[in-house]
Amino acid sequence: MAEIKEDEEDARPPRISRDSSNKEKNSGRCVYINEGDRYPDLYCNNRVSNTKYNLWNFLPKNLWEQFGRFMNKYFLLIAILQLWPLITPVNPASTWGPLLLIFSVSACKEAWDDYNRYKLDKQANERMVWVVKKGVKTRIQAQDIHVGDIVWLREKDEVPCDMILLGSSDPQGVCYIETSTIDGETDLKTRVVPSPCIGLNSELLHKIKGIIECGYPDRDIRRFDANLRLFPPFIDTDYFPITVNNTLLQSCFIRNTEWACGVAVYTGNETKLGMSRGLPSPKLTAVDAMIDKLTGAIFVFQVVVVIILGFAGNAWKSTEADKLWYVHYPKAAPWYEFIVIPLRFELLCSIMIPISIKVSLDLAKSMYAKFIDWDLHMYDEKTDTPAVATNTAISEDLGQIEYILTDKTGTLTENLMVFKKCCIKGSCYGDSTRDAVKDPALLRALNENDPEVLKFLTVMAVCNTVVPSRSPNGSISYKAQSQDEEALVSAASHLRVVLLNKAANCVEVSVLGAVLEFDILDVLEFTSDRKKMSVIVRERQTGELKLLTKGADEAIFSSVHNDQQVRRVAEIVDQYSQMGLRTLCLAWRDIREEEYHDWSRKFKEASSSIVDREWKIAEVCVLMERNLELLGATAIEDKLQDGVAETIESLRDAGINFWMLTGDKQLTAAQIALSCNFVLPEPQGQLLYVQGATQSDVGASLERVLRTMQISSTEHKYQDVAFVIDGLALEFALKYYRQLFAELASLCRTAICCRVTPSQKAQLVHLVKSWEFRTLAIGDGGNDVRMIQEAHVGVGISGREGLQAARAADYSLAKFRFLKRLILVHGRYSYNRSAFLSQYSIYKSLVLCFIQIFFSFVSGISGTSLFNSFSLMAYNVLYTSVPVMASVLDKDIDEKTVLQHPQILKYCQAGRLLNPSTFAGWFGRALFHGAVVFLITMHVYVNEKSEMEEVSLVALSGCIWLQAFVVALETSSFTTIQHIAIGGNLVAFYIFNLVASTVKWGGMYTIMFRICSQRAYWLTMLLIVGAGIGPIAALKFFRFFYRPSLINILQYRERRARVTEANATSSSNAASATSSGSTSSSQRAAQDEESSSVYQPLLLSTKDRTKRQ
Amino acid sequence: MFLLFFILFFLLDSRFTQQELPACKPMLTTGWVISIFMAVGVLFIPLGACALNSSKKVVEIVDQYETVCIPSAGTKEARVQYIQDISTAKACTRQLLVTKNMAKPIYVYYELHNFFQNHRRYVKSRSDQQLLYGNASESSMANCDPQRLIAGKPIVPCGLIAWSLFNDTYSFKLNSVALVINRKGIAWDSDRKDKFGGSVYPSNFPNNYPAATNGSIIGGASLDPNTPLNANEDLIVWMRTAALPVFRKLWGKIERDLYAGDLITVDINNVYNVYSFHGKKKLVLATTSWLGGKNHFLGIAYLVVGGLSIAMAMVFVGIQIKCPRPLGDPSYLSWNKNKGRDLNTSPSATGVHFEVCGTFMFLEVKALCS
Repeated sequence: MAEIKEDEEDARPPRISRDSSNKEKNSGRCVYINEGDRYPDLYCNNRVSNTKYNLWNFLPKNLWEQFGRFMNKYFLLIAILQLWPLITPVNPASTWGPLLLIFSVSACKEAWDDYNRYKLDKQANERMVWVVKKGVKTRIQAQDIHVGDIVWLREKDEVPCDMILLGSSDPQGVCYIETSTIDGETDLKTRVVPSPCIGLNSELLHKIKGIIECGYPDRDIRRFDANLRLFPPFIDTDYFPITVNNTLLQSCFIRNTEWACGVAVYTGNETKLGMSRGLPSPKLTAVDAMIDKLTGAIFVFQVVVVIILGFAGNAWKSTEADKLWYVHYPKAAPWYEFIVIPLRFELLCSIMIPISIKVSLDLAKSMYAKFIDWDLHMYDEKTDTPAVATNTAISEDLGQIEYILTDKTGTLTENLMVFKKCCIKGSCYGDSTRDAVKDPALLRALNENDPEVLKFLTVMAVCNTVVPSRSPNGSISYKAQSQDEEALVSAASHLRVVLLNKAANCVEVSVLGAVLEFDILDVLEFTSDRKKMSVIVRERQTGELKLLTKGADEAIFSSVHNDQQVRRVAEIVDQYSQMGLRTLCLAWRDIREEEYHDWSRKFKEASSSIVDREWKIAEVCVLMERNLELLGATAIEDKLQDGVAETIESLRDAGINFWMLTGDKQLTAAQIALSCNFVLPEPQGQLLYVQGATQSDVGASLERVLRTMQISSTEHKYQDVAFVIDGLALEFALKYYRQLFAELASLCRTAICCRVTPSQKAQLVHLVKSWEFRTLAIGDGGNDVRMIQEAHVGVGISGREGLQAARAADYSLAKFRFLKRLILVHGRYSYNRSAFLSQYSIYKSLVLCFIQIFFSFVSGISGTSLFNSFSLMAYNVLYTSVPVMASVLDKDIDEKTVLQHPQILKYCQAGRLLNPSTFAGWFGRALFHGAVVFLITMHVYVNEKSEMEEVSLVALSGCIWLQAFVVALETSSFTTIQHIAIGGNLVAFYIFNLVASTVKWGGMYTIMFRICSQRAYWLTMLLIVGAGIGPIAALKFFRFFYRPSLINILQYRERRARVTEANATSSSNAASATSSGSTSSSQRAAQDEESSSVYQPLLLSTKDRTKRQ
Repeated sequence: MFLLFFILFFLLDSRFTQQELPACKPMLTTGWVISIFMAVGVLFIPLGACALNSSKKVVEIVDQYETVCIPSAGTKEARVQYIQDISTAKACTRQLLVTKNMAKPIYVYYELHNFFQNHRRYVKSRSDQQLLYGNASESSMANCDPQRLIAGKPIVPCGLIAWSLFNDTYSFKLNSVALVINRKGIAWDSDRKDKFGGSVYPSNFPNNYPAATNGSIIGGASLDPNTPLNANEDLIVWMRTAALPVFRKLWGKIERDLYAGDLITVDINNVYNVYSFHGKKKLVLATTSWLGGKNHFLGIAYLVVGGLSIAMAMVFVGIQIKCPRPLGDPSYLSWNKNKGRDLNTSPSATGVHFEVCGTFMFLEVKALCS
């Protein structure tokens, strides 16, 4: 949380305080070009290290981390106590063994991961690069690069550190790079040599001297604020501003450029990439939290037991034990005598919290993750992308999701933009049947050289950051960072306004065959705050200066002069939005020469400021982007992905609330929301808008909406109410009306937040989280990363906007529709399985523990252990771990049934299978089973049979038998593996003990052979099973039939459907075999069919029913 | 290990990776449940009857003698005084009447009450290494305290268990003719062979020097320094510690039949101290059955569990007749009942309908039972 806050500050810095603080700490570092050895110690070398440990600190650091968890501390305490022979009931090895095993396994895993990281680092560090040292080009290892060195790179080379580009093979000073390793975007990006350096040949570049002022290293890969000043004899300019466009960041690749060189500014772990590295903090699932809570409760119970028994033991000892001459208590007791018995009981009861629970849960979790990876139903053939569970530890949380916060573009939609419609000076082109590019009216206007249309198309072609690249056969393809821009440029080229070439400062456009050249003077870049971008161009032929702008409607409208136009265009834009189209408005204006010069100076000043550059630039941009002439609007369609509506519908049925967070317009967002079942259409559903531009407006609006909501929820007028809020109103709402907003949000299941920034997305996730709901955030682009990392579960769509989101996410999917299966099938099963696994693990140890406690009452409350060390250790590790692991394959109901009845997920959301009351059930069962085993054993094995070793093994095997039956009773579907695990485990128990009974020096020598040959032993086992399982089975059956849970009903239905199916086929077979057919069987089949047809429609929701028929 | 192998095998199976392994999903029907409970009842009741019957056939003669065998001086202290006085003779004669025919072999046990052989200090106080090899490492003998060393030399056999060896002795006469008791073969063969050394002789054993105790507590039996440990079956039997404070230890076997009306006279040398802790001593003569000694528990427990099982089956039948319940009726699915209910308020309210329904059912069942 602290991190988030810090980030927010980064995004919207409080201006004044920043300034003052910066004066104090200077402005960061000064890099002297070509003087890499000037400060050898001031900055680190380029040694990259991602490792967490080194050889020396591995053991202490790793142990320290492992002991950070309560459970591990507890285990260590117990193990240490066991070293005191006076109190230990068993051999310390029985605890130290498993403990060391677990610790070394997780230490080895860590070490292995770290070693792999080290190997990768080493590879990167020892790569050879050409570097200029003292004017001479030498080849050195990448790790020896110092700040200030000039690094030479060739095409396809990886950039070894953060550098500022000084030269490139391109005469215009352009260099292409691929940044997919940093942000996942696979398109090429252009980087330009700062203008003072353009044209320097490689000889000069060897001798170049200068100084670069840049800030302290930070992690923002989209911002790089620095100044460059070259020393004489090079052009001694003023400070020249350096932006991210002049940089080569570590891990990028040089493409389409023969060579490039640059000066290293940040090296090693201080690069942008290095700073943003770091292992994300582990997420804790709700199940984990509940288990921790239950473990805590068990611990308290244990302490209570220990105190009571310790007291009783001491009391018994002082009154009775002195009379027992054969126990021979010494007369003088040491001072610590009074704690000996309590500590003994502490050790006896220590197995209440079994080490095995951690191990089996970890194993099970990695199994769930594997099942997700393997699932072919979540594999997208088109893109060859399987689902990937990056985080293997949080699958249970998927089953408990209550809120899904989703991005729109690329997540719900394909992010495949098609230019559909446009409106040029009031006339609209393109309709439902035809795209605008094929509209004859537009083509006609084009042929008539309509100046307005040409202006419009020129803006479409020029005002963008698209890079055209010409393939050998002459065709032009466009590479763009934004899909919208690509769609616009392609559409323009279809209309014969073709973007031909884009060199550093020059754009060639062929307008209806005639080539026009534009010098690009300035690019006023797009930011999510400004919501528009502009370019200032000079037409070569005429020398006219023009400002071309495109942007979101409200951003453009506010800076347009012709109001008449605005009203008309606004209407049309609204229409477009209602159709779910993405709209952009285009505008331009002519600029006078002197105005430009004036402005240009301010702009340069702003661009060269190191502090708050973005904000300062935005301020200057406003000066230029005013008094625009509105040209028209474009409408781009972004298709919904397959199955989005169905997915959202069934997830909503499953009780999951959806929030859509998008950067899009309100109307577009609302339209998409309707078309993908976010809200029911008008008669049943209602959209309430929270609007306002000032604090008080927003407050009033919020209250109004809330009141409407309360009324409609009491009157049940609407089934579905959703509120729509935009970024600005949200800002106010979150700042001043948090309480009101929370109330509103809790009342409706759906919210649509439009025009929100990435940090607002993360804020919203944080907000929902703070109401203690389990949240899932799903998105596809870099702007969703923060929201994904903030949510309990982050899902990334590996789509067109790159892999950035997918990398940051816990799960990555190829398509949105897989989310349904991920949650309903995988999430639900994982939750169910973990719920069983964890409670069962504690239950089985409790059984043993209760037997020990009962036994202490017949052994003079002296803390004798009934079981020997070997049995105690093997019980958790060998005898009971295997069958319970097989439960990771258990399915209570079929996937199909779950998908048909998503409502069943509410069971998991409410935590119905793992909560204090279910756990109380398991606790009671443990108590009951402990009592059954103890009482039966102690009553059968009396008198001459009462021999410690025998009794101990009888009680132990009683437990094992009960375990087998309990697991079987709790399993709903038996696959071969379960059969083997449950049955085989029982056999394995006997084999183990028979083998142990052949060991002469062991305490168990001959015991197992001896008891196995007793008929009384087998009768005892049968009795224990009968008495132990009977009541539990009866209760379970009673519940199943007379107080069935929703799961039970579905189980029954599902199974009955199968049986009737089988009956029907078998009886029809019989009928055909006997040709005449026995009337009775066919009648029965008919009855079955009839009864099922009666039930069928009821079971299915109306929609499904129609589909069936 | 073999499970790992199977898992590896299954990893290659796409049905495993897709979680589509063919699974057997047993369907519960009331019919099945009733039959299962009936079957359990039908199986358990005859077994119980059989076990009870055989237990009843076991003939046992039990004689509690610790109180009758000492002068009736009242207080506990007086009794302890008496038993600890090594100079007094403590012979005692008891007469046992055989009430039923007893087939050989007839086992002779002594039974102790309130004797905690399972006490933590006691149960560990031995050195298995020493018992087998004669000399033992320090660590192995560490548990023997306080019966570990005398004057710096190790006690063989060390520890509280050996030290407190039961030492009452019995001699039997059947109708005034001496009755031979076989005292061999009373310990486990495995113990004699592999747990107790044939060349380990008791040495430095405190009970062999009762005069040297100097008023400190006297232990139990003395051990013949010339008999190896594995020949001393009483010791071996005693050192198999009992799990309960009431236990019997085999003392010998009578290898002949006894008949109803036989009178057995036992001369008891009553020297073992159970008076300090209100213990009881009993002499037991008993036959065995296929289930062991006389113990009705197993039989009764089987009858009870079997009976309850049938009762449970009946309850299920009753409920089924009185209120048959069409399970799997989808109208019970709460979301089919009131669709579109606002679920935001409380997800746990899903089962409200069931709670109500279930409570009615429960009341009905109660009415049915009463």
